[in-house]
Amino acid sequence: MTPLQTRKLWRMGAGYLIAFTLWYLSVKWLPLAAFARLPDPVTVLKEWFAPEPAYGISIFTGAYYKHIIASTLRAFAAFILAVALGVPAGILMGWSSTFHDYAAALIGLLRPIPPLAWVPLAILLLPAAEVAVVYVTFLVAFFATTLNTLVGVKAIDPDYLRAARCLGANRRDLLRDIIVPGALPQIFTGLQIAMGAAWFSLAAGEMIAAQYGLGFLIMDAYNLIQYPTIVIAMVTLGILGFLSSAGIRLLGDRLMRWRSGAMGLHR
Amino acid sequence: MNDVLHQGALSIRQAGKIYDPAGAAVVALEDCSAEIRAGEFVAIVGPSGCGKSTLLNAIAGFDRLTSGEILLDGVTLASPGTEPRPGPQRVVVFQHGALFPWMTVLENVIYGPTRQRVLGADAARAKALDMLRRCGGLDTAGQRYPGQLSSGMQRRVEIVRALMNEPKVLLLDEPFRAMDTVSKSAMHRHLLDIHALYPKTVLFITHDLEEALFLADTVYVMTTRPGRMKTMLRVNLARPRTLDMLVSHEYLELKRQVVAGVHEEAQKAFERGERELA
Repeated sequence: MTPLQTRKLWRMGAGYLIAFTLWYLSVKWLPLAAFARLPDPVTVLKEWFAPEPAYGISIFTGAYYKHIIASTLRAFAAFILAVALGVPAGILMGWSSTFHDYAAALIGLLRPIPPLAWVPLAILLLPAAEVAVVYVTFLVAFFATTLNTLVGVKAIDPDYLRAARCLGANRRDLLRDIIVPGALPQIFTGLQIAMGAAWFSLAAGEMIAAQYGLGFLIMDAYNLIQYPTIVIAMVTLGILGFLSSAGIRLLGDRLMRWRSGAMGLHR
Repeated sequence: MNDVLHQGALSIRQAGKIYDPAGAAVVALEDCSAEIRAGEFVAIVGPSGCGKSTLLNAIAGFDRLTSGEILLDGVTLASPGTEPRPGPQRVVVFQHGALFPWMTVLENVIYGPTRQRVLGADAARAKALDMLRRCGGLDTAGQRYPGQLSSGMQRRVEIVRALMNEPKVLLLDEPFRAMDTVSKSAMHRHLLDIHALYPKTVLFITHDLEEALFLADTVYVMTTRPGRMKTMLRVNLARPRTLDMLVSHEYLELKRQVVAGVHEEAQKAFERGERELA
């Protein structure tokens, strides 16, 4: 490890330490009633890693993983649906100005609607609460994917298209050889945003309309005054969100090896 | 004469292009004519915005003429009634470079023949490696991505990618514009060597008169907008061209003949730019 990396690791560790210290001190020492009810970090950690947790949720309980699996499945179902529909939609919008005209105004209006505002309609329209939660999660991920894909297609240097046509490419070749790989960096930026957005709207949806999942667990623990469990579920959401974004980044780096180790295109 | 030279004669006849005829009606090209022989290395010199790129776009099939016509070996390439259609007969090497950054050098170079289905992948690869090797030992860079190459290597690879299609005409759109003097001089050497190996008709667009005289058989000076051919100059310097020719009496005499004209057009273009901005 280089000295620079070592220093970076130290700073990251120090950042955590400072945050935990502040948290601990504000719960233990601040003379404020509001803070007194919060669980301190030591209590949370003890509960999280307890073989027999006081409130029923720790890394040794099956229930913990049931919630994790429920949330993960929903997030990924929504995400995969968003990618499967959003990437083609974005490419189509960038490719055909007719389709762009149809879709752009509609998306412009629908996108600012907060995902939670969809919950009642989604429950009314869709056959099960489960589907409604996935739908709400899907929506934000879909818009992020579509719009970033569109930006990616629009940002492709027109000279690449001209060059490909000189070299004999037909429209289908252009799509496969230029548009898709050319937009890929932006598409992956979109996927990372979509993944993050999926997790946050998922938690919100679960709080309102689910029987399992980390969002549900947070609300449930709140109602049952099991405060350490709230924090455990929150941190777990953070970890899952981080891991899935990192996974997408890794996949993107593998698919776009041409971007790594480059001296930069001399243009 | 070599067999290859029998193809690639370009005939530009009173070519004209008006952008936005209903509105601003910018006349980019007007009554522009030139007869270019097969295998000739032609440089077109003119100030920025003089219509050089408009002419190149019409030849390449990116854009439609509004008057006149352009013929390649007697066949109409561009006219007001011809649908613009790019193709491997005349391949462009772009000002900012247009190698596909997501493909390796080899994938870039075989793209043309494999997409046109004139060569299978293996045959195309063999031909590509051979051409890359002849064009200055570029074959060793076959598995690398364009972003890992120097700008000079990128340009040469792009020229090889164009030549792979056996084009009749090679269209070079100010390909060395962004380069420093040393790289530019090295690139001139490479381009001359490549042209000696593969004697295609070359249309080299530039605003650099010295570059044009050093490289070309014939130099056309274009007027500023509306663009037309102002002067035609045969460069009777022997080939291969060498650096000491740059200070030879003949070279300086040629330069003397056109430098005033080029400067005059550049000055006009500059003043128009000031007016349009004011």
